[in-house]
Amino acid sequence: MATEPVLTATTEAPLSVQHSSTEDGAASAEDTEGEVIGRSVTVDRPRSELYGFCRDFAHLSRFMAGVRRVEVLDSQHARWVVGDADELAVWDTEVVETRADALIAWRTVSGTELLHRAQLEFRDAAGGRGTVVTATISYEQTGGRVGEMLARLFHRDPRTRAYQDLRRFKQLMETGEVATAAPPNAAPRA
Amino acid sequence: MRALTWHGKHDVRVQTVPDPAIVNPRDAIIEISSTAICGSDLHLYDHYIPTMKSGDVLGHEFMGTVVEVGAGNRKLKIGQRVVVPFVIACGQCFFCQRQQYAGCDNSNPSETAGMSELLYGHAMTGAFGYSHLTGGYAGGQAHYARVPFADVGPIVIPEGVEDETVLFLSDILPTGWMAAENCAIEPGDTVAVWGCGPVGLFTIQSALLMGAERVIAIDEHPGRLALAQKLGAVLVNFANTPVREALAELTGGIGPDACVDAVGMEAHGHSVDNVYDHVKAAVGLVTDRTHALRQVILACRKGGRVSIPGVYGGFTDKFPIGALMEKGLTVRSGQTHVQKYSDKLLQMILDGKIDTTFLISHRLPLEQAPEGYRLFKQEQNSTTKVILKPQQSAVH
Repeated sequence: MATEPVLTATTEAPLSVQHSSTEDGAASAEDTEGEVIGRSVTVDRPRSELYGFCRDFAHLSRFMAGVRRVEVLDSQHARWVVGDADELAVWDTEVVETRADALIAWRTVSGTELLHRAQLEFRDAAGGRGTVVTATISYEQTGGRVGEMLARLFHRDPRTRAYQDLRRFKQLMETGEVATAAPPNAAPRA
Repeated sequence: MRALTWHGKHDVRVQTVPDPAIVNPRDAIIEISSTAICGSDLHLYDHYIPTMKSGDVLGHEFMGTVVEVGAGNRKLKIGQRVVVPFVIACGQCFFCQRQQYAGCDNSNPSETAGMSELLYGHAMTGAFGYSHLTGGYAGGQAHYARVPFADVGPIVIPEGVEDETVLFLSDILPTGWMAAENCAIEPGDTVAVWGCGPVGLFTIQSALLMGAERVIAIDEHPGRLALAQKLGAVLVNFANTPVREALAELTGGIGPDACVDAVGMEAHGHSVDNVYDHVKAAVGLVTDRTHALRQVILACRKGGRVSIPGVYGGFTDKFPIGALMEKGLTVRSGQTHVQKYSDKLLQMILDGKIDTTFLISHRLPLEQAPEGYRLFKQEQNSTTKVILKPQQSAVH
C-alpha cells in the first residue's frame, strides 16, 4: 500500500503512521491491537481556519461520531463524554503538542481504560486546493475487553471511524453542515 | 404522506410514510406537483443496482412548491415553484467549483460514502431515490421531499409556465444535452444514438441543435423510432436491420463521427454476446449487459467520440478494448452535471427552442405509480414517459 505521501512533509511526527487500506468496517478488535490508525482528506479551507476550529475541543463533537460533547476544562485539558445511553464513557485529555496552524496532539490522562493518543495535522494541499488534514489515533491496547468497549461506544471499528469522521469534518468546514439521510426526518422510508 | 416505495425486484408500492422535515440549515421541503419515472428507475425496478433496501422511496425527477426553508438557506422562499436536479451538490467543494456537480464530495453522507469508494475507487455524489450508494436519500415520487443544499440545486420557475414544459430539467433533458456535448460535434458530423428512450430522444434533439449534420437513431420499437423521426433523425431498427452494416452504408464506410450509448446496463439485442451477457447476469456473475456499448465502440469511426449517458453500475467483460485503443476513440461519460446546464436550458425552453413535452405518453396519479412502472418496463413501444401527479386522487 502506498503510505509514503502522507508524512513526508513532516519533520517531527510524534507517531508513525500506518495507513488502512479498507474502510468497510470489517476489522476486528485484534486487528487494531496497539495499532496506529491514520487517514487523510483534503479540505478546501485555509489551514489557519481548520486549526482554529479544532483547537477549540468543544467543536470536535460536531463531526466525531459517538462523541456526545467535549467540555473544555482549560487551555490544555478537556473532558470527553462518549457513547450513548446504553454505554457511556467519560475521559480527560491533555494537549501534548501544538504547532500553530499545523498540528494538534492530545492524549488521555484519566478516567478511561481506552488509553490513546490522537493528533490532527494540517498541511497545505498541492495546487492551492486547500489543506490536507491527517487524523491519527493510537491505542495503547485495543484487543479483548478494551476492543469490545470501543466497538460498543462507537458502533464501528477505529479505521472506519477515522474515515467517516474526516469526511464529516470536510463536509462541515466546506458547506457548514454535515450531510445526512437518516430516517425518518432526513429521509422518510416505509 | 404517500410515497412510492421499493421492496424488491418488480415490487414497488404506494405506502404511507413519515413526512420529511428540515434537518440541516440549507434544506428545503418541496410539496411535489409533478414527478416522473426515469429509465434509470427501471434499473432499480429490475434490481440491477446494489444497496437498495426494502422501503426506500424512489424518484429523482420532481418539481413542486417550496413549503419550508431552513434557517441557512438565503436563496429559496416559501411559495416558489422549483425543479429539483437529481444530483445533490453542495456548490462549494473542489468538484462543484469546477461545475462537476455530479462529483460533489460532500453530499453523500459519510456513513454510506465508503461503500461506493470500495466499488468505484471514490465516493459517489448524493442523489435522490437511487440506492444507498448515493446516500440513501428519499426520492420524489411522493407528496413531499426534503432537498439538501437547496440553495444550490433547485431551479426557480417563472409564473405561468406549465410543469410539463420544465419538469425534465431535473434529469433527462440536461442528460441528453450533456450526452450531445460529450460528442464534441463539428460541422458535417454524423451522430449515431443507441436507444430512443427519453435520454436518447433528448440527445437527438440536442445534437441537431448543436449543429450535427445528421443524427441516426437506433432502436427496435416503432413507436419510439417515430418520435426520433419527428425530431429529424434517420432511423435504424435493429429488430430487422444489422446495425453496423447499416451505419457503414449510411456513412459511406467511414462510420459515425460520434456514437452515443443511451441504453446502459440492460441492453437488449439478439446477438451472441448479448445472450452470453444475459445468462451471466441471470446467474449473478456480472451486473452489466453491455451489448449496446460494444456495438457503439465497433461502429464508431477511427478517431471518433463515444458518449455514454446510459447508466452502468458494476463490471462487464468481453469489452472491446482493442477496438477502443486501436481506433483512437475518445470516451466521455458520467452522471449529469445538472446544475451546470439549468439556466441555459430553462432559457431555451422559455424561448421555445427545445420541445420537452413530445415524449410524454402517460399521466397518472401517484397512487397508480406501480402501474406506471409496469407499463414503462413491459410496454416500451407505447410508453415513452410516465408523469406522476401526487396531488391527484386515484382514478378507479
